[in-house]
Amino acid sequence: MIETLFDNDLITPISYIGSTVLFILGLKLLGSPVTARKGNLLASVAMLVAVLTTLIDKTSISLNLILTGVLIGSVIGAILARMVKMTAMPQLVAAFNGFGGAASAFIAISQYFYYSSADESTIPITIVISIMLGSIIGLITFSGSMIAFGKLQDILPGQPIKLPFQNSVSTILVLVTLSLAMYLVGVDLDTNIFILFIILSLLLGILLVNPIGGADMPVVISLLNSYSGLAAAAAGFVVGNIILIVAGALVGAAGLILTQIMTRAMHRSIWNVIFGTFGGSADSQANTGDSIGERPVRRGEVDDIAMMLSYAKTIVIVPGYGLAVAQAQHQIREISDLLEKRGAEIKYAIHPVAGRMPGHMNVLLAEADVPYTKLYDLDEINESFSSTEVAIVVGANDVTNPAARDEPTSPIYGMPILNVDQAKQVVVIKRSLSPGFAGIDNDLFYAQNTTMLFADAKVAITELSRAIQES
Amino acid sequence: MENSALLYIYLFILASFIGFELINKVPPTLHTPLMSGANAISGITLVGAILILDQSSSDLNSILGLAAVVLATVNVVGGFMVTDRMLQMFRQTNKNE
Repeated sequence: MIETLFDNDLITPISYIGSTVLFILGLKLLGSPVTARKGNLLASVAMLVAVLTTLIDKTSISLNLILTGVLIGSVIGAILARMVKMTAMPQLVAAFNGFGGAASAFIAISQYFYYSSADESTIPITIVISIMLGSIIGLITFSGSMIAFGKLQDILPGQPIKLPFQNSVSTILVLVTLSLAMYLVGVDLDTNIFILFIILSLLLGILLVNPIGGADMPVVISLLNSYSGLAAAAAGFVVGNIILIVAGALVGAAGLILTQIMTRAMHRSIWNVIFGTFGGSADSQANTGDSIGERPVRRGEVDDIAMMLSYAKTIVIVPGYGLAVAQAQHQIREISDLLEKRGAEIKYAIHPVAGRMPGHMNVLLAEADVPYTKLYDLDEINESFSSTEVAIVVGANDVTNPAARDEPTSPIYGMPILNVDQAKQVVVIKRSLSPGFAGIDNDLFYAQNTTMLFADAKVAITELSRAIQES
Repeated sequence: MENSALLYIYLFILASFIGFELINKVPPTLHTPLMSGANAISGITLVGAILILDQSSSDLNSILGLAAVVLATVNVVGGFMVTDRMLQMFRQTNKNE
């Protein structure tokens, strides 16, 4: 019986079905904090099943080569996963994305040479189309991820790099690349044309990510994550393997959803992120630039703010990108422990785009041992600001700007914000009055109930903790 | 061949819908682990890499296949491990409580 099962090649499809079910269950369990770890484990078992099935199914002549490759990859992957700092998580995900995309592209490219050396009349057109799709998506994922990695790692400048005529150049490049693909599909498998197609695809990935600035990185990473799934699915079409198509499609959809959540949290469209820069025209930036620093703000001293915090019963902490840059998440945890011991109730308000990738701030605070039950989403926390005694804003700017809610003329009008200004007292810890990524002034800084503490986040919070302990 | 291409498209669309449904209601706390977990799953391309390395007909194909196996494995192993490392840190209450 078992013999015939092997003969009929039934074992492989059945294992693949089992693997698919495990992938879906794994993704589902990844959706709740209590079960997420189990979900990740299930997904990795699914992967193991799929890989082992493939190895057993193909009685391989190159088994040693395959195992060598797997061993090398495992060692590198394990080292990277163990060494990475939580603040560097976006870079690591970008790098892994790029590797996955490159692997899918290599599969498609290898199949191109496999088929083009054979008799051309035997190649089904669906295969050639799949090869083109797998190459272009995989290569864009690769080069785009590498640029994203460079920006996040500060190897490349974080500011958007906008070349003259960027959009028209990109559009022409897209059209040329697509025509090359159509020539290869419809006319002739010309290797020189294919190599040009590869180069242009790589260039497209660079042009896609290069003009995008640091603030938009959560969107880009989500989008590239989606692409890496689509590239795997396309590779599945090339080699005719169902598990690649299904798992790739799952990831493609997941990445797209996260992209959508991120763009919604910034009140922008994906086209606006890719083709536009934030803040609109240079005029509006110049206008607001003039007024910055001319309006009076209330500067606070460490001792006074420490006093205010010591007596507060309800405190909301609003951490932003600046906190991640200053790596002050541990200091934040310490001060909130201190205040909790004095009887205060501490909540954390997390804006969806705080940090450099979706959910990044939550991971940073988890690393500092802040329980996730104290972290509140935009919708959950906004009602409670009016009953909050002190809100502490650390390194966040645009996401607290009341103009997004109240001023229809503001460039960020409509962006969901944290209603920090509704708290009785607001403390803003910030290096200077400089505007955020949107390049506009924040009315919160000049409000009656706001006290500014101009300092590096880490230094300021450490000093506050000391002052509270002494008081 | 055309029939199997249609079947593949059919599967791709259905799986995409499942993906949308599964991810739609995930709380923001889990967005980063979810993304790195999904990223590890996209390393499924390792299966494709094994298949092409196995049938490779020339040196170029072998080199591309081996490179694909290594890169995809880094993606898979690193992705799942780092996701687990992150999820390990998530807890409901302080550990010293």
